[in-house]
Amino acid sequence: MPHINLSNDYPGIRSLFVYRPETAKPLNALVQVLLHSPHPTLSAGERELIATYVSNLNTCYYCTNIHGAIAKHQLGNDAETVKAVLANVNTAPISDKLKALLKIAAKVQSGGKNVAGLDVAAAIAEGATDIEIHDTVLIAAAFCMYNRYVDGLATWQPENDAMYDHMGEQRAREGYGTPPVKVSEMQLTTNN
Amino acid sequence: MAHIKLNNEELPGIRGLLDFRPETAKPLLALAETLLRGESGLTSGEREIIAASVSYKNDCHFCHTSHAAAAAAHLHAGPELIDDIKAGLPNTPVSGKLRALLNVAHQVQKGGKHVTDEHIVAARTAGATDQEIHDSVLIAAAFCMFNRYVDGLATWAPQPNEAYKEMGERMAFVGYGKS
Repeated sequence: MPHINLSNDYPGIRSLFVYRPETAKPLNALVQVLLHSPHPTLSAGERELIATYVSNLNTCYYCTNIHGAIAKHQLGNDAETVKAVLANVNTAPISDKLKALLKIAAKVQSGGKNVAGLDVAAAIAEGATDIEIHDTVLIAAAFCMYNRYVDGLATWQPENDAMYDHMGEQRAREGYGTPPVKVSEMQLTTNN
Repeated sequence: MAHIKLNNEELPGIRGLLDFRPETAKPLLALAETLLRGESGLTSGEREIIAASVSYKNDCHFCHTSHAAAAAAHLHAGPELIDDIKAGLPNTPVSGKLRALLNVAHQVQKGGKHVTDEHIVAARTAGATDQEIHDSVLIAAAFCMFNRYVDGLATWAPQPNEAYKEMGERMAFVGYGKS
């Protein structure tokens, strides 16, 4: 049960957005520009993978599953790559540049000062630009916020793969600004 | 030196990053403005103390000192508040409610799941409302972002507390993203 009375039935961060629309607005605007808006070089799928990976390191069930589902849809229905990144970045079927950026993201997750010059040099050697390094650090940092917000208030995080897939498909298509669908009104299938 | 080439290397801490990437600066500043100066049961001084205390736990010198200076400006306190926040506020008269909410914020700093029913009950018993608990958790979480952003890109920060006085006054009375 959530730590405070949220008075709604939405899962995870959506319940907090409905509870406090004043803070929802900049939080949604931030995730929209970080993960969904057009980017000079990083695809939405790559950025969602960074968010999913950091959320998993922070053991946030809701954020890992919803961003994993959004990543899957942004990558062209590719659930295998999402699974492979969470299992082992080194052997995942992603570019060496994205592997180097995920290593920076993991350092940010454990603390900002843990990012070393060598980590950044390794990403640059794989072709990463300053904007890509900046955005990777900020995405990782932002998910250290979203994950703490979702778990720190003990929001409802159902274990329901079909629900995350349904919500993930919507977010991949619409971005983060549109209203959420109630779980009770979702047409959920179990064969995802 | 920062890990990336900033457009203006004279701007300290987060300011150099906000200048580098205006697209992300906009929602980040809107978030800080809402959290620290928007409508809330907690005063801006109380909220700046939470922000500064979490930043100190995260070892982010720029964020700790600048937000502690903003708290001092709101509370008409001297610069000694900056070090008093580091020490756990032994010399500052703060309410039992704020101390209980700071305890919740310090759990969030360690990780969201560290917040237990006991921490929440203690805050409620000290008079905190649900919305004040919500705002404390989100401020603590947000500074786990801002701190990692500022240190993860290795920005520079002025050392002495005195260097933050004017910055703190501007944060307190002008606001975030308003020049």
